[in-house]
Amino acid sequence: MPVLWLILIVIALGGVGYFLGRGRALGSAGGDARRLHSLPSYYGLNAALSAGVPALLLLMGWLLVQPLLIDSRVSGMIPDTAIGEGSNLSLVMSDVRRVAEGLDLAVQQGAITAQEAGTLSPETTDIRELLGRVGVALGAEVRPEVLTAAQRYRVLSGTGRWLMTGLVLALALGGLALALARTDKDFRARNVVEAGVKALLILASTIAILTTLGIILSLIFNTAEFFRLYPALDFFTGRTWSPSFGGGSELGILPLLWGTLYISLIALLVAVPIGLFAAIYLSEYASPQVRAIAKPMLEILAGIPTIVYGLFALLTVGPLLVSVFGQGGLLGVNWMQGGTAVMTAGLVMGVMLIPFVSSLSDDIINAVPQAMRDGSLGLGATKSETVKQVVLPAALPGIVGAILLAASRAIGETMIVVLGAGAAAKLSLNPFEAMTTVTAKVVSQLTGDADFASPEALVAFALGMTLFVITLGLNVFALYIVRKYREQYE
Amino acid sequence: MTDLSANQPRRGAPAGRTGGSLYATDARTRRRNAAEKRFRLYGMVAVAIGVAFVIALLSVILLNGTGAFQQSFVTAPVYLDPAKLDKKGARDIEDIKKVSTFGYSPLIDEALQTMLAERGIDSTFEKPKEYRALLSASAAAQVRDYVIANPGRIGETVEFRLLASSRVDGYLKGRVTRDSIARDKNISAAHLDLADAMVAAGMLRKGFNWAFITGADASESRPEQAGMGVSMLGSLFMMLVVLGLSLPIGVAASIYLEEFAPKNRFTDLIEVNISNLAAVPSIVFGILGLAVFIQFAHLPQSAPLVGGLVLTLMTLPTIIISTRAALKAVPPSIRDAALGVGASKMQSVFHHVLPLAMPGILTGTIIGLAQALGETAPLLLIGMVGYIASNYPQGIGSGFLDPNSAMPAQIYEWAKRADPAYYERAWGGIIILLLFLMTMNIIAILLRRRFERRW
Amino acid sequence: MNDMRILERSVGIKEVKISARGCQVYYGDNHAIKDVDIDIEDKTVTAFIGPSGCGKSTFLRCLNRMNDTIDIARVEGTILLDGEDIYDPKVDPVQLRAKVGMVFQKPNPFPKSIYDNIAYGPRIHGLARNKADLDEIVEKSLRRGAIWDEVKDRLDAPGTGLSGGQQQRLCIARAIATEPEVLLMDEPCSALDPIATAQVEELIDELRESYSVVIVTHSMQQAARVSQKTAFFHLGHLVEYGETGHIFTNPSDPRTESYITGRIG
Repeated sequence: MPVLWLILIVIALGGVGYFLGRGRALGSAGGDARRLHSLPSYYGLNAALSAGVPALLLLMGWLLVQPLLIDSRVSGMIPDTAIGEGSNLSLVMSDVRRVAEGLDLAVQQGAITAQEAGTLSPETTDIRELLGRVGVALGAEVRPEVLTAAQRYRVLSGTGRWLMTGLVLALALGGLALALARTDKDFRARNVVEAGVKALLILASTIAILTTLGIILSLIFNTAEFFRLYPALDFFTGRTWSPSFGGGSELGILPLLWGTLYISLIALLVAVPIGLFAAIYLSEYASPQVRAIAKPMLEILAGIPTIVYGLFALLTVGPLLVSVFGQGGLLGVNWMQGGTAVMTAGLVMGVMLIPFVSSLSDDIINAVPQAMRDGSLGLGATKSETVKQVVLPAALPGIVGAILLAASRAIGETMIVVLGAGAAAKLSLNPFEAMTTVTAKVVSQLTGDADFASPEALVAFALGMTLFVITLGLNVFALYIVRKYREQYE
Repeated sequence: MTDLSANQPRRGAPAGRTGGSLYATDARTRRRNAAEKRFRLYGMVAVAIGVAFVIALLSVILLNGTGAFQQSFVTAPVYLDPAKLDKKGARDIEDIKKVSTFGYSPLIDEALQTMLAERGIDSTFEKPKEYRALLSASAAAQVRDYVIANPGRIGETVEFRLLASSRVDGYLKGRVTRDSIARDKNISAAHLDLADAMVAAGMLRKGFNWAFITGADASESRPEQAGMGVSMLGSLFMMLVVLGLSLPIGVAASIYLEEFAPKNRFTDLIEVNISNLAAVPSIVFGILGLAVFIQFAHLPQSAPLVGGLVLTLMTLPTIIISTRAALKAVPPSIRDAALGVGASKMQSVFHHVLPLAMPGILTGTIIGLAQALGETAPLLLIGMVGYIASNYPQGIGSGFLDPNSAMPAQIYEWAKRADPAYYERAWGGIIILLLFLMTMNIIAILLRRRFERRW
Repeated sequence: MNDMRILERSVGIKEVKISARGCQVYYGDNHAIKDVDIDIEDKTVTAFIGPSGCGKSTFLRCLNRMNDTIDIARVEGTILLDGEDIYDPKVDPVQLRAKVGMVFQKPNPFPKSIYDNIAYGPRIHGLARNKADLDEIVEKSLRRGAIWDEVKDRLDAPGTGLSGGQQQRLCIARAIATEPEVLLMDEPCSALDPIATAQVEELIDELRESYSVVIVTHSMQQAARVSQKTAFFHLGHLVEYGETGHIFTNPSDPRTESYITGRIG
């Protein structure tokens, strides 16, 4: 793996630089560290950072940019005629990359020589069979355009690699040389190193922004692509969800949104009263001993991964509900046909959210000053009157914020609904029916064998976008309320 | 003192209040106290429900999952017939390898038949082939692997401990009953009779299932063979990526924001971003990983490296938030002391503040890792699911780059399969996963207890 | 007995409202109040003074069982209100606190309107039959709290929007609204500026007409200004109790003298 080797070489150069820089600085001071401007190790660090950091940054940038450049160069070679019916450029390009990869493998394994890889033609060789032998299975025969593009791709990425290796090493050596040249006893090594370290710290803290940016860009581009293939109006107002990979899909989001909201509503109906009352009991009534046991017990629920809840819904709660509400069940009603239902997912999600609601509410209730409680109790109010008429109204904004955060969690929850809610998109009021949600469909549309360019797969990004916007709105609003509330009592 | 009440007509007091003896509770107070009791009761019920859910969840997991740690084995002496395994008799390893598992199955069938006959167990089966439903389809492969490893033993009778089929295993564990197999074409009641007799004769018994902990995923029809080992390695490699990236980046970002950042638009933007990222649904991170790492950067699909990158982005906010709390808890006097003896700001942070905040940072990191370890949804989108955890990675590089699954994704995969025998595996997998999470959380708690400092 | 009382009142000796005997308070292992005996008179302002941590606030909180709300607090001995033991298991602290109102160190209006702040007590105790009744109680209490003129035009405004001194008078009015017999005040002026303090002190003096007022204060001047009887607490002991004038001019215990002259405190 050449990139790994390159990284290791740069790091090794940095290590060498440390000792060289340190030694050179000490040498310039005649071996007396007291005559240096900074501690000797700073001269070493300066050399090491100068050698390593710019080179590694260049490497990272190169790795990101090179495929883009090559893609655009190579995709220009593919004539429109080579793009078949029901296909598009990005699909052909992924074929090109796959063939190129296969040729690389074939050269590596010695099935063909590097020379042959550049000159093979589909007329003389069965490329598909050749690549199949080295373990790259192709769906169809390789067309000549694709093969030439793939060969071009190989050449370009080969040159790119060499260029990259050369430049990165040159930069590392250059940085090292420059740092060493500047090293003498009056050089302000500490200041330079500290400025460099601070730049790295700033770089690290921008990752959060880059992540958000990455999320937004990847959602926007693919969503726009989807809306090119499928009208946005139909997506937002469609009341039918029936994707079919052969084409003619109806991709209306409304049934998915309805399922999402219905399940979230049931989850909140379970979690909010239980979580809130538990928080009130634990913060206002429970003895320290009860609190010491019950609080961590409830927090166990928060530490359990959602896949566990999903399994619990699918294998335990679903069948249990059927045995009560299903045919021949305890109630003698036949409301429930199968274990997966809105109710199943909603109940389990509610259990998952209990600790979330209770610990947030607990914080918020505890933020209400004791003086409020004393004032009320001193007037002869009972504890429950104090809680209901003084503490809760005072804590209300915070609690609303907590509930909104819980709602955002419920809307974004995936594993429980994937396993517990069912797969059928329905607009129905019956909570015992199977329905599906936005998140469950994101998973099912992107984990199938669909190609990423079809509307049926791209719709997942539009769904993700909707999900992101809704949860972001809820979060921003809720965090705003909670912060305002906190400030009130600070 | 009986006349006290008469003595105290208060000025202008509305009727029905005051003046009464403290010893007599009036009707209104009784009502209010009843309301108080009810309210308190609601609280107790809420806590009790919550605790009951915890207990129910844990007991369901234990009840359903412990079975996965037991597996039924048939002990049988198999005659390694040279006529079938090495027709040329040259013991040439290439010749031996040519015999496929189909060549081994009859040997095992016969071995079962003779063994049962020796022990005097009657069976209604006529053909040796009919015994096959008792054993896992992997039995032939197991014998073949043995023969290839020890070609010298061809011609001898070797005692093997072979996996029983999942139906027989389920029968021994009570999952499969005579009713439930009525329409099952994989096994018949006669097989179960035979299994009973074999248990009585000591030929069929349950043992600890190491293969579940160390093994690889198996195909849909062989639940008895499936194990968590490979996906555990997948999780391990992912966690290495997460730890290696999120700890340094998270600490660096926190140091900047907490110690150096000026209060301006840019740092505000970072702060808002971090608090919002902490609440973005995990599936959105999966979409990000798919679009950026796989579609855009062409990193290999299903690779733990990509999974690790996605989980890193997801865990960063958690780590940054707890690291900043840990840095904030170090009193300013420490910084002032360092600055006062002429250290630079950077030195005061790296020499004094950071070491003091380290326990808090590690605690937060472990908790972040535990969250990442249990996360499933984003892994589904980058393809770490399906029948892919079936080969051990060849080395470190392959561990990061070759397709693999992760523990929670493996559990999801098993939960989706049709055979109920896989449900047992899924619950068992959850026990393993929860044991890991519990260990991590206990370490975090111990760290906090051990190094907690009050200033 | 009835006759006796009338006779007593006519000669200016007030009847005893609260009487504590052998009162001990423990906070966990800490013995906070040690064997306090005291008789607090009706229609009198009684001041509790002493250095901080001497237990004066703790003892005050025993008088309406506010210590019940602290898990580790334990009270022993007897405290009688009009001859009835307030720690008797038959006694409901809720009823007791309606009779013995309390005003706290920091003004603590509820985050509700001024009207609702005052109406809170009457509502929970069911003192008003209808809205008109309640309006009347609110107005009367605000008037008695000497704050009516300042707030009568903005009864719907939040109580938290008032100035510190107004807030504290609002809290006093709120305590009065439940028609208590005793008013306990825990350093009611410590968070107020001198002008607000003067207003509250004036109010306390007026309240003496109708209530037994017990005030904890760390300011000896304030005790001298507003109270008729003064109790000096030190290290959990009630050192001296008597007429305010007597205590300040001629204390009988050397500890009281040291405190008053500023040598301890």
